[in-house]
Amino acid sequence: MSTPQTPMPPAAPGTPYSGYTSPIPVVRTHLGHALASEWTKIKSVRSTMWTLGVFLALVIGIGLLTGSVVGGSASEGELGSESALALGFFGLLLGSICIITLGVLTTAAEYGTGMIRTTMTACPSRGRVLTAKALVFFALAFISTLVSSSLVAVAQVGMVDAREPSGGEWLKATVGVSLYLALLGLLSLVVGSIIRHSAGAITIMIGAVLAPLVIALFMFSASLEDLRNFLLEYSIPNQLSVFYANSLSESGPSGWDPLWIMLGVTAVAFAGAYALLERRDV
Amino acid sequence: MIELEGLTKRYGEKVAVNNLTFTVRPGIVTGFLGPNGAGKSTTMRMMLGLDRPTAGDVRIDGRHYDRLKDPLKYIGALLDAKAVHGGRSAFSHLLCLAQSNGIPRKRVHEVLDTVGLTAVARKKAKGFSLGMGQRLGIAAALLGDPRILMFDEPVNGLDPEGIHWIRTLMKSLAGQGRTVFVSSHLMSEMALTADHLVVIGQGRLLADTSMADFIARNSRSYVRIRTPQPERLLDVLHEAGITAVEAGGGAFEVDGEKPERIGELAAQQQVVLHELSPQQASLEEAFMRLTAGSVEYHAHSGAPAGPQWGNDWKKG
Repeated sequence: MSTPQTPMPPAAPGTPYSGYTSPIPVVRTHLGHALASEWTKIKSVRSTMWTLGVFLALVIGIGLLTGSVVGGSASEGELGSESALALGFFGLLLGSICIITLGVLTTAAEYGTGMIRTTMTACPSRGRVLTAKALVFFALAFISTLVSSSLVAVAQVGMVDAREPSGGEWLKATVGVSLYLALLGLLSLVVGSIIRHSAGAITIMIGAVLAPLVIALFMFSASLEDLRNFLLEYSIPNQLSVFYANSLSESGPSGWDPLWIMLGVTAVAFAGAYALLERRDV
Repeated sequence: MIELEGLTKRYGEKVAVNNLTFTVRPGIVTGFLGPNGAGKSTTMRMMLGLDRPTAGDVRIDGRHYDRLKDPLKYIGALLDAKAVHGGRSAFSHLLCLAQSNGIPRKRVHEVLDTVGLTAVARKKAKGFSLGMGQRLGIAAALLGDPRILMFDEPVNGLDPEGIHWIRTLMKSLAGQGRTVFVSSHLMSEMALTADHLVVIGQGRLLADTSMADFIARNSRSYVRIRTPQPERLLDVLHEAGITAVEAGGGAFEVDGEKPERIGELAAQQQVVLHELSPQQASLEEAFMRLTAGSVEYHAHSGAPAGPQWGNDWKKG
């Protein structure tokens, strides 16, 4: 043992539990310690960094590509009354798969490796672990999306000759979509914690993003008209598109609605995951 | 100190841990012994707050595990050496654990040094051998310099040098006044390290005794004798009031008598001896006798007989 052998102070008075007393000072741990720990975890695994790198490459790459294609070929007014911000949608839609993967891996990978037992032994407050994971991931996802979507927005507005977007539109196309995507990632993290299986949770989340839209596309029967419209309007790609004032239909969510919807869904899922985590064995 | 009181864990109909009550005391190594599937790991998981007990209670220095604010400084545990993210380096793995308990970064270097992993600290854990993984798990257990240490089957997969290292480590940790709790399914291993013994089988407490007591009670010592003149020997021993039992292969066994005395008697009466050796029944046998009724997964010796095999398997 290389433990420094300083003279041991006697055990805490009044307790019958004598024995060894460590020279390492006792710290009352709090959420801050858990946050530092989770941040170390996220950045010390290469797969996380790769996923994030692919996300940035997709959002920025596709954004610049669409910007140059539309900007190069378009005659004036091709986008009609729209601003160029809407072109950022494609990169973000594809990038959302990376955010979903990253969110799921943050929780579910620990169950796959068994690391979760080590984590929960080090921090028996399970709620604190989930909260720390959620905060660290949300911040990372939000900042990455904000930086890349802002970069793309500025570039596209510069490249494409179209109507100048208003301040509100700028806000929705940068901060709005970033909050939305980070929440989608957070929902994935929570689903990962409930399902405890990476592949399963990723499949569920990608299904939730794509299935409603695809199913709706093939609903030809008139009696299914209402369901079809609902699925289209509330599908995640369409909700994302609402931030650019584009929608597949005139009714359905508008303005900042998608953000509130995602916030509500994520909050309910988070509460469920929290309760399950407290009840289940690790 | 770890105190268990009526600790019980049920999975549906199956009782994994059944009303366990015992105390693990500081300053000694306590061996936790039981056959595979006896409930050792489940008990340890409940001690660490990972599994919720169905009934009963377990306290660490008087408190429930999930009430500990900096648990790594109270209790360091090696549950499963593979409970590590393979993509993370040994250093980062220990660092994130240290951070969650407010343990200074330099302590990570110290424990890496203690277990001899400094050279591979920046290497990914998935490239580690079983022994290195075990050392990393022990480093994590030592991280908070805790008063209580808990090792689940620590010598599994280690080479002789590593096994020797762990034995020495556990004894020195107990020598510093810490509580050391080690599980194993090998009696011979425990006989070398443990001062106290807790034996369970099918989740039930079978023994809670000091090692010395267990050895005294369970290890039968006897003298083994072989001679070309068995009748004469038996006569001589009989006259001296010593009972010898035939043990097969032309050998005799004598209980509770010193070999010196038998040798002297034989010499006086000029009986030729081909063998005169003190013997001890192994502790492993004693342990197997103790747990015989409670082994969950019996292997049938000999070749399995056709159709019964399937039925048996379903019952198991």
